[in-house]
Amino acid sequence: MAGRFAKTPHGLRKERTEALAKAVFGLMASAMILPLLLIVGYLVVLAWPALGWEFLVDVPKNGMRDGGIWPAFVGTLYLVGISLVVSTPIGVLAAIYLNEYAKDSWFNRLVNLAVINLAGVPSIVHALFGLGAFVYAARFGYSILSASLTLAIMTLPVIIASTREALASVPTAFREACWNVGATRWQTIRTVVLPNSISGILTGVILQVSRAAGETAPIMFTGAVFFKAVEKGDLFPYGLGEQCMALSMHLYTLATQVPNVKEALPYATAVVLLATVLLVNATSIAVRIWLRGRKKW
Amino acid sequence: MVAGSAAPLEIEVHDLRLSYSGREVIHGISFDLRKNEILAVIGPAQSGKTSMLRCLNRTIDFIPTASVSGTVKVHGEDVRRTKDVFALRRRIGMVAPLPVGLPLSIYDNVAFAPRCAGVTNRADLDPVVEKCLRQAALWDEVKDRLGSLGTALSGGQQQRLTIARALSHRPEILCLDEFSIAIDPVTTMRIEDVLKELKEEITIVLVTNLTQQARRLSDRTMFLLEGEIVELDDSEVIFSGEPRSPKTRGYVAGVFG
Repeated sequence: MAGRFAKTPHGLRKERTEALAKAVFGLMASAMILPLLLIVGYLVVLAWPALGWEFLVDVPKNGMRDGGIWPAFVGTLYLVGISLVVSTPIGVLAAIYLNEYAKDSWFNRLVNLAVINLAGVPSIVHALFGLGAFVYAARFGYSILSASLTLAIMTLPVIIASTREALASVPTAFREACWNVGATRWQTIRTVVLPNSISGILTGVILQVSRAAGETAPIMFTGAVFFKAVEKGDLFPYGLGEQCMALSMHLYTLATQVPNVKEALPYATAVVLLATVLLVNATSIAVRIWLRGRKKW
Repeated sequence: MVAGSAAPLEIEVHDLRLSYSGREVIHGISFDLRKNEILAVIGPAQSGKTSMLRCLNRTIDFIPTASVSGTVKVHGEDVRRTKDVFALRRRIGMVAPLPVGLPLSIYDNVAFAPRCAGVTNRADLDPVVEKCLRQAALWDEVKDRLGSLGTALSGGQQQRLTIARALSHRPEILCLDEFSIAIDPVTTMRIEDVLKELKEEITIVLVTNLTQQARRLSDRTMFLLEGEIVELDDSEVIFSGEPRSPKTRGYVAGVFG
């Protein structure tokens, strides 16, 4: 019996289209998993013979053909850490100004333009800028300081952009409610805007960790070196004015500059770089979940 | 209360004009507000009702494209020359159309304004919070969970929370902008009762789309249409008698608008 809800030909066609659309979109989404698994699997399999605690904390030996990657690992921590210490406060505070205080004036439009364009500058250009500005003009020389500042300049515009996005996601109605009772902008920002955008701000900052850790060009021009002798497992081997090794740079040299290197070594270096970045990302996800649990709307 | 009574003037608006990016939306309106009266402002959407309220407490400043001319005086003081705009805003309570519970606890929602004004002592804040929540007819429902989130309350409760917050800085004037748009009739009636009591202490501007609400509550009614005051008179005249303007008669009778 054809009831009132029987399927019409048009209805059937709609259903088929819907099913097809869902299948295609779903396939594309799942396809993202494949490259990740392939990359990670391929790296880990090839790196397996070299991987281990010793590989992490040992220093390179025998002209990089043996031993571990400790100096490069610590160097990367230094570079990324210092660059974020510089760029995070500047970026977040600038974004707060631009999103919460700035009126639509020519000056602020100029700042906006600068931020957008700076974000689009290729890293190799940042590298040249860092070389000119920090190594030569500021006379910091080839050093951790120069390299970190170059990385900071590179990550700054993206931190500003992502922080602004996080701030803009807080509904304007909250701000108006605060202003209506006589709160200043800063009181509004401190009590309502920041607590509700901090997880988005952190996400933006931490995404820049992976970017800074992975870049080779900016640090190669400004402070990263091929080899630097340090003690095995030494947590503070470098001074600010010294040059350092870094994982990304180390990977590059192992893969292209050192003849007869054991096949597992570059892959193991890549795994450590990847694991460090993934660990930071995982931490950020955990922090975000924790903060979102405290989110109030 | 009749229009000519001797109660002191709370608000004097003279030739107020407002434009957004050069497009004028309020075309030179003038009116007075007397102490302890309820002034209803009726009129269709886009008449400039909300914009007018924003001129009173100068939150219009936050809209970069807006430009204001004319004078608005609160207690005889020109709001555009006032030295402390935050103090001005504390003298005017503002309730928005949609309830906005701040993402803070119920207690902090109400204590927010006093804290911004520098009151931080819990012993000073507690009585203020209780009094305002009682005034907004919300105390009995939330007194056992003041620490829970203001945003987790129902829409009607959040609107009363908003009213409690608007009262927390002891305003002399309370502006309600279509406060009942998102809440049920029963809650609306409760809040209307609250407003009748509050009228003893403060002056109220009630922007509303409900002509019946204006009729129930207000002493005088202003009919604002496309940025101009069509008519401003005692509510009795506007609603029951014969208003001067045929437009007002049409709007109140539901013929247009």
